[in-house]
Amino acid sequence: MKIADQNTKAVDLVREALDKAHRFQDEYHVFTWINDDAIQAAEEIDARIARGEEVGRLAGVPYALKDNFLSPDGETTASAHILEGFASPVTATAVRRLESEGAIMIGRTNLDAFAHGSSTENSYFGPTKNSKDAQRVAGGSSGGSAVAVALGIVPFATGTDTGGSIRQPASFNGVYGLKPTYGTISRYGVVAMASSTDCVGFFANDPDDIDLLMSICAGQDSHDLTTLPDFYAETEVDDGPKRIGIIKDFDNDAVDPEIRSALKRQIEQLQANGHTIVELDMPALKYALAAYYIIVPAEISSNLSRHDGIRYGFRSEQSDNLGDLYCNTRDEGFMPENKRRIMIGNFVLSSGFYDAYYLKAAKARTLIINEYTKAFEQCDFILAPVSPNPAFELGSKVDDPVAMYLEDVMSVPLNLAGLPGLSIPVGQTASGLDLGLQLVGPRRSDRALLHFAKKLKEEA
Amino acid sequence: MEVNQELVQHLADLSHFALSAEESTRLVRDLGGIVEYISQLDELDTDGIEPTYQVFEMENIWRPDEILPQEADRAALLALTKETLNYQIKVPKVL
Repeated sequence: MKIADQNTKAVDLVREALDKAHRFQDEYHVFTWINDDAIQAAEEIDARIARGEEVGRLAGVPYALKDNFLSPDGETTASAHILEGFASPVTATAVRRLESEGAIMIGRTNLDAFAHGSSTENSYFGPTKNSKDAQRVAGGSSGGSAVAVALGIVPFATGTDTGGSIRQPASFNGVYGLKPTYGTISRYGVVAMASSTDCVGFFANDPDDIDLLMSICAGQDSHDLTTLPDFYAETEVDDGPKRIGIIKDFDNDAVDPEIRSALKRQIEQLQANGHTIVELDMPALKYALAAYYIIVPAEISSNLSRHDGIRYGFRSEQSDNLGDLYCNTRDEGFMPENKRRIMIGNFVLSSGFYDAYYLKAAKARTLIINEYTKAFEQCDFILAPVSPNPAFELGSKVDDPVAMYLEDVMSVPLNLAGLPGLSIPVGQTASGLDLGLQLVGPRRSDRALLHFAKKLKEEA
Repeated sequence: MEVNQELVQHLADLSHFALSAEESTRLVRDLGGIVEYISQLDELDTDGIEPTYQVFEMENIWRPDEILPQEADRAALLALTKETLNYQIKVPKVL
């Protein structure tokens, strides 16, 4: 990506990004808010460069921020009515780190409200359109961020991935998307969804760009006690041949034939370049989606109980007592998918159902983690489809929650295990839709994944 | 497990949602489909398996009970709410 210096003006980089953001907004609906004040921030960077000051590794680089990161620039809505009007006095640690290196946020990107969804159609503000076909979905939940990078508006964008929300939209739009190891980047100042799986990550057109962003953002934060000591900078990488695992059960008739062919082509390329293919038998993974849609709603029902209309955001005008105020605010403020997840969460945690659902899912999670541990004794990385289908048509799954959930069947398992996953672009369908595959590694292999993806790009 | 109108109402109460009749009817169908899907976990043998609630072995970290500087002060936080009175958040009557 282009960094501002004596020859490249931050103002030019930011102005170009803003122009594109405005030009594409009507057709693709990428942003919930465009930050026209970004020009002033760029002028400050240029002035500092002119004075010979140190301006950071991302000086003047325009970026797009998923609208579930808190910062005082614009309102943080998480694309939900219940957060409309919420101008945060707090800055997310990830935002602070990026901006302390000179990055400039040019807009907040659209998402499924509270990141609940796989298409960005659950946004209160309406869907984001796919970058290759505006009749199709962007993917989700970080659809706006993926499309912002795919359309060339910005060189990078932030995302969050709880069950595929970075990797799936990355694959639907032909860009790289990294979901890091759980705990790598602080979640302080990120709207909480499911605390045991939520991760901050990035979209970019190049693995090297994500590598730089990871070097900047990885590490412990006293505001988020789930953050790991910074392993990223110290990870050794090498160019030797790798053992690549392929999950047998993921190659089935429910997967689109063009995705299966893309996987086959990638396997052939890997073998031609001296890597070894290992077939993996992972029978518990087929239960990962069911376990995910128990554990994650359970955590959602707890995390979203804080949205009550009292302290910030939207408050219903309809109520004459406090109980009605809570119920009316939440009923009017949440999207239907938010309500379904909160209610399922309260169902699986409630007396009489806890053992059969929540506890059972927590045990299934152990089995899934054990399968990955065993798999990584046999291989270095796993290569798999991100989702069973390329970008689907707008409106085709919105009335059937289970059909929408099934799009996550191959992306959620690694979230339950806390593993890193990188979506890599691998060409297009005959009709011109983007195809992606995911590389999955053991915990803390994020840098090795990016390095390997770079090598694959060179070998292609 | 059958999801019926009564269960949906119970879950709406737990969730603090004032659902319309139309929404409730729709939720009987939607939640029914989801519960049917997640119930397939019954097939998986988990006897003797310990549950996982977090992926890294974390333990609670205590810190000294001191007031640390905060990013947002009281005035900035109160500015986010709809109505205040004497530096407190004003809400409708409880009953």
